[in-house]
Amino acid sequence: MAAVELENVGKTYPGNVKAVEGANFAIENGEFIVLVGPSGCGKSTILRMIAGLETITEGNVHIGGSVVNALEPGERDIAMVFQNYALYPHMSVYNNMAYGLKNSGMRRNEIRQRIDKAASTLQLEPYLTRKPSQLSGGQRQRVAMGRAIVREPKVFLFDEPLSNLDAKLRTHMRSELKSLHTDLGATFIFVTHDQVEAMSLADRIVIMNEGRIEQIGTPMELYDRPSTRFVAEFIGAPPMNLFDLETVTAQEFAKLAGKKPGEAETLGLRPEAFEVVTGRAKGIIAQVGMREVLGSETMLHLGFADGQSATMRLSSQFASQLFDEIKITVRPENACWFDENGALI
Amino acid sequence: MVENRPFLNFLTHVALITGVLFLCFPVWMALVASTHTPEALSKAPIPLWFGGEAIANYSELLTGGVSAAGGVPVSTMMWNSLWMALGITAGKIVVSILAAFAIVYFKFPFRMGFFWMIFITLMLPVEVRILPTFDVIARLEMLNTWAGLTIPLMASATATFLFRQFFLTIPDELVEAARIDRAGPLRFFWDILLPLSRTNIAALFIILFIFGWNQYLWPLLITTEQDLYTIVMGIQRMANAGESLPIWHLVMGTAILALLPPVLVVVGMQKLFVRGLVETEK
Amino acid sequence: MQKRVIFQNLWLPYLLVLPQIIITLVFFIWPSWQALTSSLYIEDAFGFSKQFVWFQNYSELFTNPAYLKSFWTTLVFGVSVTFLAMSIALLLAVAANRVIKSATGYRTLLIWPYAVAPALAGVIWYFLLNPSIGIVSYWLESVGVEWNHYVNGGQALLLVIVASAWKQISYNFLFFLAGLQSIPKSLLEAAAIDKAGPIRRFWTITFPLLSPTTFFLLIVNLVFAFFDTFALIHATTNGGPADATSVLVFRVYNSGFVGQDYGSSAAQSVVLMGLVVVITFIQFRYVERRVQY
Repeated sequence: MAAVELENVGKTYPGNVKAVEGANFAIENGEFIVLVGPSGCGKSTILRMIAGLETITEGNVHIGGSVVNALEPGERDIAMVFQNYALYPHMSVYNNMAYGLKNSGMRRNEIRQRIDKAASTLQLEPYLTRKPSQLSGGQRQRVAMGRAIVREPKVFLFDEPLSNLDAKLRTHMRSELKSLHTDLGATFIFVTHDQVEAMSLADRIVIMNEGRIEQIGTPMELYDRPSTRFVAEFIGAPPMNLFDLETVTAQEFAKLAGKKPGEAETLGLRPEAFEVVTGRAKGIIAQVGMREVLGSETMLHLGFADGQSATMRLSSQFASQLFDEIKITVRPENACWFDENGALI
Repeated sequence: MVENRPFLNFLTHVALITGVLFLCFPVWMALVASTHTPEALSKAPIPLWFGGEAIANYSELLTGGVSAAGGVPVSTMMWNSLWMALGITAGKIVVSILAAFAIVYFKFPFRMGFFWMIFITLMLPVEVRILPTFDVIARLEMLNTWAGLTIPLMASATATFLFRQFFLTIPDELVEAARIDRAGPLRFFWDILLPLSRTNIAALFIILFIFGWNQYLWPLLITTEQDLYTIVMGIQRMANAGESLPIWHLVMGTAILALLPPVLVVVGMQKLFVRGLVETEK
Repeated sequence: MQKRVIFQNLWLPYLLVLPQIIITLVFFIWPSWQALTSSLYIEDAFGFSKQFVWFQNYSELFTNPAYLKSFWTTLVFGVSVTFLAMSIALLLAVAANRVIKSATGYRTLLIWPYAVAPALAGVIWYFLLNPSIGIVSYWLESVGVEWNHYVNGGQALLLVIVASAWKQISYNFLFFLAGLQSIPKSLLEAAAIDKAGPIRRFWTITFPLLSPTTFFLLIVNLVFAFFDTFALIHATTNGGPADATSVLVFRVYNSGFVGQDYGSSAAQSVVLMGLVVVITFIQFRYVERRVQY
């Protein structure tokens, strides 16, 4: 039995605006699922429909095996961590965490126990009596998570919780979230627009675009075999190099990459798919433009004879030995062919 | 300011001090007059400094009242004013905050209709509908009752709009978190909305208390029995006593007593008061 | 208008608005409607019969010289109070704004009159200007001005004007001060560098930037002068002498309660209602883009 299951779920707003269409997938118990996509793709809408904060206009949402469409958020056995934390400003940290439990009629010592346990996991013990305004951003985030943990819900929902933190804190919180997930063994549904976050946190990623699901898979599946051009461009930084097969350069690459499927219109090659060749080995001449030395890696911006360009990733040690004109080839297994609709062949 | 012009600075202070004097002088004279014997006040120029009759005059006022006012002790009138002011203030706040909560946080048929109905009351001050409103009160047999004195003044739009404005600034996520925390609308209102509204309620309390205490026309119409007179309207009978001359030292004493509570409130809670004034005019 | 997140109850919101709606209906809407309808009737002295007379009450009003005089009196009164209260308040606010350090101190000393009821303000000035023992009338007489507002209608009007303005100065002062304090200092400093002296700076920069506040106060003061001054006049001059201080709002009360002419009083009420509607309309149409404090 899946922890959460979406059965053809859709959301249409008045005026026929379709925010989500035909969402179909199942999330297993204990999975860390990340919904990722650009702004307005519908990922938050799906999360809020699971939470009960948006009404479901088409399809069914199942939590723990039963349909929850008509249930209030408080009755769905979920917990949510908001982007802006949504802590009650006039209540202490302790009371913020206790509020939901009090409303369920839990006894005081049980509430105390749960809060103490969550507080020690999240290192919030020194702050229990403080008000949110007296805490830093990271501390508030942890209180928001504490509020979710003490409910011991079936599913944890996260709505871009790290977006308001500075870069260093974000990286730190990412690893904290990951270990929290392992500790609790709970089901996490996480929404973000940052594909790096998605890649590093998820067991499986659901990538969305304009209300539809583009692909569901593990991070590496999405990376190596993106099912559409959109996924190919969204996942991975720097993005995949895409060549229109009408151009000369692309056709040269296609020959090097082996068999080209008939319907293919676009060839996709990741920056690490290229190899430098020397001497008389077969390859394409490329001019090296800008070099971005990022530490152990270097990004080379290449230009080709017919005006095409690409990004190539190399170790810095090797890159420093190259001149401005190089010859490169590709490994066939790294080639992604896309048809006229942008789908993987 | 920007440059240093000593002459202008001097003028500035002169202007300000003149202003202060202009505003304080009348009340000063009233205070002075209330401490003198009637004889001292019977011919011009009357003294500009205190007399020795403060205790005598004020105790006469508070216990006996002035015969021209029908012998109602001023202390009775002050109590009436207090209960009326408190009633209006508390009633207005409760009625308005509930209505604002409904209008902001719910969607229901006629919602906008009710909103505009409340808005219209801004254009219907009591002075504009004196007779018919009196008629309604009389028909409901609410004349000379504390209820008649307070209830009709409880439904003004300004308080409702103030709360509505404030509620609109509360982040949506707070409501969503509360829903997930199993809080229904009433629990949300009590546990979260109300505590967050505390400062607004306090500021409004001051403004409304002054408004309630200073009511004139309404108590004038509604109370025909003397023991329900309020002090602000009661003073009219003392100052316009018909044929006999006003007993100035007592009239002034009453005026001082009548203005004391609101002034103390304003001075004591100046910050909240200013905030309340500015917020209700937005 | 509406938040994105709402609760789903069906009957609860009705319960919550009920108190306000009931009070509004019973004590505001219904009486106003009554005023409208009874203005179309003439009742006999005992209230036994009513006669539908269309707009006769209105036409009688507008051909009644006393009523027209009342209109004029109200206008003079309103404009004078507004002008007096606003200009003095502006002066004081500008002054207080210059002495930044003591501004709050002066503010405390200048805003407490707001708490004084108009009736009390009236009675106190009534006392100060009393022909026989008033201290101010004494001073006036010592410079050759004969003062007796019991007899002189113009002086009676002056009395109520001064008393009303006295009370309103505080309110205006508060808002002018807030408005002045919201003008960025950098603008005035730039003007000073542009060789503008203090007077010029005031008229070319400060005053124009203050115009939202000024307009707003204009409306508030006019409304105050037209409606909130009933108490002041009733407690002192009682409309006299000889209707010299009989403003519109006073007349409504007088016709209805003292004169017992319900039809006329109702018609006057309706005219006043029309006036409020016009003023409120202007206020919301033009004053909405206001300085946010």
